[in-house]
Amino acid sequence: MQPCQICGKNPASVHFTEIVNGKMSELHLCDTCAHDKGIQPSLGKGKFWISDLIAGMVDETVGAESERVGRVQCSGCGLLYSTFRETGRLGCPECYTSFGAQLRPVLRRIHGATRHIGKAPLRDQGRLQQRMEMASLHDELERAVEREDFEKAAELRDRIRTLETTAAPGKGHEG
Amino acid sequence: MTPALKELARRPSRWLDASGPHSEVVLSTRVRLARNVLGAPFTHRAREEQLHQVLHSVVSAARRTGSLRDSVLLRMGDLAGLDRQFLVERHLVSHDLVEGSSTRGLLLGPDETASIMINEEDHLRLQVIHSGFQLAESWRSANHLDDELDGLLDYAFSEELGYLTACPTNAGTGLRCSVLIHLPALVLTKQITKVLQGVTQVGLAVRGFYGEGSEVMGNFFQVSNQTTLGHREKETAENLERVTRQLIEYEEKAREVLLRDARLQIEDKIYRALGTLAYCRSIGSQETLNLSSAVRFGVALELPGLPPLPVLNEILVFSQPAHLQRMLGREIGPTERNVARAEYVRGRLNSNETRADRA
Ligand SMILES: [Zn+2]
Ligand SMILES: [Zn+2]
Repeated sequence: MQPCQICGKNPASVHFTEIVNGKMSELHLCDTCAHDKGIQPSLGKGKFWISDLIAGMVDETVGAESERVGRVQCSGCGLLYSTFRETGRLGCPECYTSFGAQLRPVLRRIHGATRHIGKAPLRDQGRLQQRMEMASLHDELERAVEREDFEKAAELRDRIRTLETTAAPGKGHEG
Repeated sequence: MTPALKELARRPSRWLDASGPHSEVVLSTRVRLARNVLGAPFTHRAREEQLHQVLHSVVSAARRTGSLRDSVLLRMGDLAGLDRQFLVERHLVSHDLVEGSSTRGLLLGPDETASIMINEEDHLRLQVIHSGFQLAESWRSANHLDDELDGLLDYAFSEELGYLTACPTNAGTGLRCSVLIHLPALVLTKQITKVLQGVTQVGLAVRGFYGEGSEVMGNFFQVSNQTTLGHREKETAENLERVTRQLIEYEEKAREVLLRDARLQIEDKIYRALGTLAYCRSIGSQETLNLSSAVRFGVALELPGLPPLPVLNEILVFSQPAHLQRMLGREIGPTERNVARAEYVRGRLNSNETRADRA
């Protein structure tokens, strides 16, 4: 009989499998330890090791550099980056800006992307749509230049200029 | 027990009624959106009065929506331990939320289809649960509720990173779509690991729970999207939808193989499971789960004389400890619970209505 992976004493009776990014991990626990961890058969929770996951992900800087990065603090809530590293939880929306440089590679590793596409709150919709249109025009322009279709490129450049001049004032960067 | 909970305890959740498509394979579909409001730190860093303010504004906004106009607010701090456990067993709240004080709560819509966990890891966790395989429908409802709230609350949002959440694994769309799927034939034919590993290749996560000792156990898996940044909500739902259809198809193929090569053994296992459930005098929750999983498999195989799916779904939920004690109206220890569970399950399987459904 397999022993529980947490207490190592009781026989394991709850078997937890998680497959993330094609890698399977198994956890074999006794009833007591499973209960302590909030795992119950039929209740698909298993959230408890997400923070381990993140801790593992962000922990790639080492030594002095790691210590320096760890002391970076959020200007909104005062959270230390080192605390985020331990808990996997950010303190406030502002953290995303304050830890921007550190979070980008983390987000890329979790999601494979660092840019949101999709739904936006209504108040941002108009501006967002304009930006998205602009981004896709820039993409198209790049592709046109690549295939040396300069006529198309000139046309796209004009459309981008028009859009830029009609864009609402106060298009400064917002977090 | 609050009146609202008493009402809840009397009837099964709507999503247990097995009315949704493919209910014999997909038990339920769930869509969740994580949102935070501006003006307070994320839940775990906020002060009690800030959480109170969040709770207040979420509740008053929600009561102005069509979806949750008639919702009830259950504050965790006001609930006894057993009642909190009851909500966990009902799949309405997380283990994290029930540990909270009265600034954390569940805002619950009339038929338990739509609800909001307030001040869980994020300020709002909008959730929609439907019976069977209804991803498009669930996403539509959740999206609609979110739209309704959007005009009334200021969400934390950035153009670059989307909806901002306490854990970066939810940032972007904040969307988690999941299906609770029953795959006994793939487990029995030992194809499950291969199949599920394939599923994870396309950005989905799989969680499974199973017990030891019998093969026809642990056949429920929760499949959900893994990433929330860089994909449109619709793509996320469609990806899971496509993969779930594939899983259903694989499961059906595996069933055909089993029926062809091992019909007698399979039928024997299923009817023995039903026999145990229908005549036992003491039974643990794990065994109940495993045996009803076997019987559910029989229903999927269209074997005669088995109880209908809604009854099996109810047994899954109502045989859990807090539900049993709720039904009895008092707290009892594990040994007594096993006896009460057996009595409940026997009663449920041998009632006239259940028998009438048998061939
Ligand atoms: Zn243990
Ligand atoms: Zn912060």
